[in-house]
Amino acid sequence: MIELLLILCIVAAIIAIESKNLLSSIISLGGVGFSLAIIMLFLSAPDVAFVQILVEVVMLIILIRATINRDVTEVKCKREFFGMIFGMALVTVLLGILLMGIQTLPEFGTALVNASAESVPAKYYIENGLAQTGSANIVTGVLLDYRAYDTLGEATVLFTAIIGAIAILRKKKTNE
Amino acid sequence: MNNEKGMSEIVKAITSLVAASIMVFGINITFYGHLTPGGGFAGGLILAFLFILYYLAYGGDEELAKLPFKVNHILDSAGAIGFLFIGTLGIHFGGRFLYNFMKGGKAFHLLSGGIIPLENIAICIKVGASIFLVFTVLAVFRREK
Repeated sequence: MIELLLILCIVAAIIAIESKNLLSSIISLGGVGFSLAIIMLFLSAPDVAFVQILVEVVMLIILIRATINRDVTEVKCKREFFGMIFGMALVTVLLGILLMGIQTLPEFGTALVNASAESVPAKYYIENGLAQTGSANIVTGVLLDYRAYDTLGEATVLFTAIIGAIAILRKKKTNE
Repeated sequence: MNNEKGMSEIVKAITSLVAASIMVFGINITFYGHLTPGGGFAGGLILAFLFILYYLAYGGDEELAKLPFKVNHILDSAGAIGFLFIGTLGIHFGGRFLYNFMKGGKAFHLLSGGIIPLENIAICIKVGASIFLVFTVLAVFRREK
């Protein structure tokens, strides 16, 4: 099932890149996000799936609203040959590095909780999380108690993005 | 489409019907973030959806967006400062950022988890204001040219 959804994900991403119509690429981008959310549900991560669906919906609304306001744009120019070759080479190198990193991870489907090593943090969180944080939802407990600066960084990123968007898109005062 | 702004009468009626439920759901997700899936981020997003829905259904123009724009600046900063304030109190009481200095309460009850529900509320305010600001900036202010 997860493999099927992953294939759907990749197909939608390719359509989003190759489509000449901006509106249809946005909609296929939504397909990527929603299939990712369903994958997260199958991997029993409801917190992640929840936020994924919400972010997907708000992204679709904002992007569609922003594109429809201008007239529907068609991309007409062709890709540059050199740029495409350079991009492919860069993607190949990065993919190689990523694959090297993936090999150090535990095998897919084996939960870290069952690992025998004592130093695995997931085991510690599940055994002591409720007593130490008082939060029944262990995800929230980890985010807002154990990983102290995690949410602070997330809030800072959001804040900076808003400030940047307002600074670029605000109405300019014309000196007359 | 009638002469009024916004979408058709059906959309407006349904919006006013479901608005209260959406708001209660968002607040519920935020307040019970330490017990059920969800949390401040998701709750804030749902609350932002409510305002986006109202905005799209009733077809506000730029004049209508000015007021939430001003309020959202304050809410956005207030949420961030509130989060930092509670986190810094942890340094004062326990020596670490976000130290859970308010112990107590029964587990699996609403009033438990110390500072975690408070942090969730601060994040909810921050994220909700931020997302609505993004919507305002990208979808409304771009229109005039």
